[in-house]
Amino acid sequence: MLRDITIGQYFPGHSFLHRLDPRVKIVLTMIYIVLLFFVHKYVGFAISVVFLGVCYVIAKIPLKMILRSLKPIVPILIFTGILNMLFVNTGEPFFKWGIISISWDGINMAVVMAIRVVCLIAASSLLTYTTSPISLTDAIERLLKPLKVIKFPVHELAMMMSIALRFIPTLVEETDKIMSAQKARGADLESGGLLQRAKALVPILIPLFISAFRRAEELALAMECRCYHGGEGRTRMRQLHMGAGDAIAACITVVVSGAVIAANFLPLPW
Amino acid sequence: MMIKIENLTHKYSVGTPFEKVAVDHVNLEIEGGEIVGVIGHTGSGKSTLIQHLNGLLKPSEGKVYINGQDIWADKSKMRQVRFDVGLVFQYPEYQLFEETVYKDIAFGPRNMGLSESEIHDRVLKAAEFSGLREELLEKSPFELSGGQKRRVAIAGVIAMEPKVLILDEPTAGLDPKGRNKILNQIKNYHDQVGNTILLVSHSMEDVAMFADKVLVMNKAKVFAYDTVENVFARSEELKAIRLSVPQITNVFHRLNEEGYPVPRNVYTVAYAKRKLLAELEKEGKLHA
Repeated sequence: MLRDITIGQYFPGHSFLHRLDPRVKIVLTMIYIVLLFFVHKYVGFAISVVFLGVCYVIAKIPLKMILRSLKPIVPILIFTGILNMLFVNTGEPFFKWGIISISWDGINMAVVMAIRVVCLIAASSLLTYTTSPISLTDAIERLLKPLKVIKFPVHELAMMMSIALRFIPTLVEETDKIMSAQKARGADLESGGLLQRAKALVPILIPLFISAFRRAEELALAMECRCYHGGEGRTRMRQLHMGAGDAIAACITVVVSGAVIAANFLPLPW
Repeated sequence: MMIKIENLTHKYSVGTPFEKVAVDHVNLEIEGGEIVGVIGHTGSGKSTLIQHLNGLLKPSEGKVYINGQDIWADKSKMRQVRFDVGLVFQYPEYQLFEETVYKDIAFGPRNMGLSESEIHDRVLKAAEFSGLREELLEKSPFELSGGQKRRVAIAGVIAMEPKVLILDEPTAGLDPKGRNKILNQIKNYHDQVGNTILLVSHSMEDVAMFADKVLVMNKAKVFAYDTVENVFARSEELKAIRLSVPQITNVFHRLNEEGYPVPRNVYTVAYAKRKLLAELEKEGKLHA
């Protein structure tokens, strides 16, 4: 059951989007997300949704994967939707019952927020689906490099991220093993109330933490043995290159953004 | 306690490109009261097989019977199965978690719902079987040496007094002295309690010295299940699947081929020594 967890959820492929420079992908995704919050008209939303849909088609990511990334946010969507409908009371009332009143503005707000959140999640998932975790951290390191001027430990941060990603599968496997071992000693992990279940986790969490610390210590030692001393003067095995494809992707995104913003000024009610 | 495995198949990652058959239509019957050595290459299905015996893995096909009872017939009895069939994993010292050695050994018996006095008795007995001195019981398991930790972990399973005890490479990563100590303790424990023991090992010497029977796994199937003598007598076949026989057996085969009057069925150093001395005595008398 633990094996089913996917973090980093990279979906291997060779599409145009997979081959883009990860830095470009990160920046464009960020532009797209910011853009979502400038949209006020449904025409603009339509353009953004279609654009994202086309990107998914180009990347050859199946619809199933989009739905899977959206599943965890369904409760948040419902919750914010209800709050928006209840607390935005301006404009024409649509429905009134006692102290509960729902206005057209409220419904409008709820729908707009839902579209924004869905697009936001779908867009950032597209980034992680098409970019391997390693190139993501590489790109983040490169993008944050200017912060070095203010002594921000960019390289160390990126190294921490890649190590964390590297150890997720290891720790999942370890958890599996410890769970089996404790089950073999009669640990009951599947029944009882919340408190009992939380207590039953102790025999799993303690060995897991201990082994995580042990691994961390061993890794640190092994890195030091190989003279690792931070990012100073360190060269990279994989250099990031921007090409014509990246320029094309950037241009398309800018054009789409322009269209979406222009849609705000269209003399249309929606 | 009889173990019967019927047509057992286990597949990992079913329905993905990584699907792998780890145990392939295995049939096996293990009588009670013996030490069974389990040998085979890494990936031959040993670990997968033994995890079926206490229901940690569910068969993709086939049945596992413990004392005639299909263990998956009634899931509510699964915990009882796990108390009856104790399993010590590889590197079991990484499962220790309690504040004191005593409490860690008591974890299994406590899960069984025994009374405090019964738990106390069992912890002391298990500690003795595993060669842990009493003053260690109040220490934190994390203060102990590697070998001591391993013995605490083994004691934690022995304390459940399982009718079948399965040990997955209990000596992995220990020095020769520690290996022998643990194996001798397991043997002593077996002699006193008379339960069934399955001992997974990579060392043919250990298997020859301690086991009554040998189960050889190869490529997800049972290659052989017989007495130590009968299995190691098939040394050519074992070599064909790139497993070996005890080194001393190789030595005696070679001596035999060179024309010395020594038997071929020698599997332990102690037996070899007796045979050789007897042979030399005979020669001595002849020359005298």
